[in-house]
Amino acid sequence: MPTLTATQVEETIVKALSTMGPEPEDITRDATFEALEVDSLDLAELSQIIDDEYGVELTGDDVGRIKTVGDAVDLIVATA
Amino acid sequence: MVDVVVTGLGAVTPLGVGARALHERWVAGATGIDGGEAACTEFDPAEVLSAKEVHRADRFTQLALAAAAEALGDADLVDATPYDPGRVGCIIGTGIGGIGTIEGAHTALNERGPAKVPPLAVPLMMSNAAPAAVAMKHRLRGPVFGVVSACAAGAHAIGAAARAVEHGDADVVIAGGSEAALTPLARAAFAAMDATSSTGVSRPFDARRDGFVMGEGAGVLVLERGDRARERGATILGTLRGYGATADAHHLTAPMADGAGAAAAIAAALDDAGLTAEDVDYVNAHGTSTPLNDRAETVALKTALGEHAARVPVSSTKSAIGHLLGAAGAVEAVATVLALRDGIAPPTLGWEEQEDGMDLDYVPGTARPLANRGRKPVAISNSFGFGGHNAVLVLEAA
Repeated sequence: MPTLTATQVEETIVKALSTMGPEPEDITRDATFEALEVDSLDLAELSQIIDDEYGVELTGDDVGRIKTVGDAVDLIVATA
Repeated sequence: MVDVVVTGLGAVTPLGVGARALHERWVAGATGIDGGEAACTEFDPAEVLSAKEVHRADRFTQLALAAAAEALGDADLVDATPYDPGRVGCIIGTGIGGIGTIEGAHTALNERGPAKVPPLAVPLMMSNAAPAAVAMKHRLRGPVFGVVSACAAGAHAIGAAARAVEHGDADVVIAGGSEAALTPLARAAFAAMDATSSTGVSRPFDARRDGFVMGEGAGVLVLERGDRARERGATILGTLRGYGATADAHHLTAPMADGAGAAAAIAAALDDAGLTAEDVDYVNAHGTSTPLNDRAETVALKTALGEHAARVPVSSTKSAIGHLLGAAGAVEAVATVLALRDGIAPPTLGWEEQEDGMDLDYVPGTARPLANRGRKPVAISNSFGFGGHNAVLVLEAA
């Protein structure tokens, strides 16, 4: 599997979350899910999308620990 | 005794977005049926809902959210409301709930496996999703729940709401029904049981009727304690005078041939209203355009209203918008309130050929003024559902 870059993952996350309500311009690395009003249901959807795109399965514990978009990007890149 | 008044109306129907669009276009003889179906083609959820609301709602909930927002705005209860949120409820019925979501999730399950079933499948498909979403959007914290009784659900929801207000459980209840079942499975299933019209024509009470035309939409009424509504200077659009509910306990889908269950519901509703058959000026019929319903309903009206049945205009909203299933009773209540306001009997479109024994005044083709009897006109609105559910509302002009 080719190396996954943080930029690629961030683009995927922005695209995915923007279908769930947040404005794309608000979805930055530092943005917290709380501020974006992204909740556990949204993160469960995001996990499915990440699995589809990259074959990366995030566990509930993993998802429970991440607080920002950047946390998600780093976790996915590290897990891939 | 508390009176229950209607202070707001909202509807999204195949005749357009808005309660007034429904009323005005139906009265004008317009139809929302195209190609054998009645879809809400003018409804764009993104125009009235946020991106998150759209994403988190099945179409039946989106329709309910739009109709509820219109009704609350109509009632002037959106921004500055005098009510404690705990005194405001929401009861919305549906026949099926989020069947589009169920079908999508089932496709994901079959094609991609259990891990690919969407996490939003359950909260979107559940039949109580519409009242839950309306309550969350408008912060309603009184009694909030769904009602399920197939094609009687909208009327049952309104009846349950009236009881909640009368009993003191709430001062205001946002009540109605919603349905969005123009989906491959629902179409195939209704067709398999020969319920839907093979010709794609809705002509209630006509001798040539051959089944209902599927429609979608939502109708919502703001029901309010009369004294509180008057205190806050609300515009009162009508009064919900009575409600009657019975069951046939007879057959899974067919009505009783003698319409006894339906007639009992009409009688119960009139009794609840403190009125008699002679007080009824207009009947908004269930009138599905199925061979069995329209005949049984005709018999039921003759039983419940006696000789007066021959004098009352009887028309079916389904002639213009098809059958909205669990939304039908609510949308038809909205249409009835506005018909009473204008003192008019909207038409049964497409009625041309009389069937032997079906000889009521079905208001064929063109709307007609109600007889002026020197008082506020009164109507009954009938709703009957598979399972033998009968719910009848008695409405009075303001």
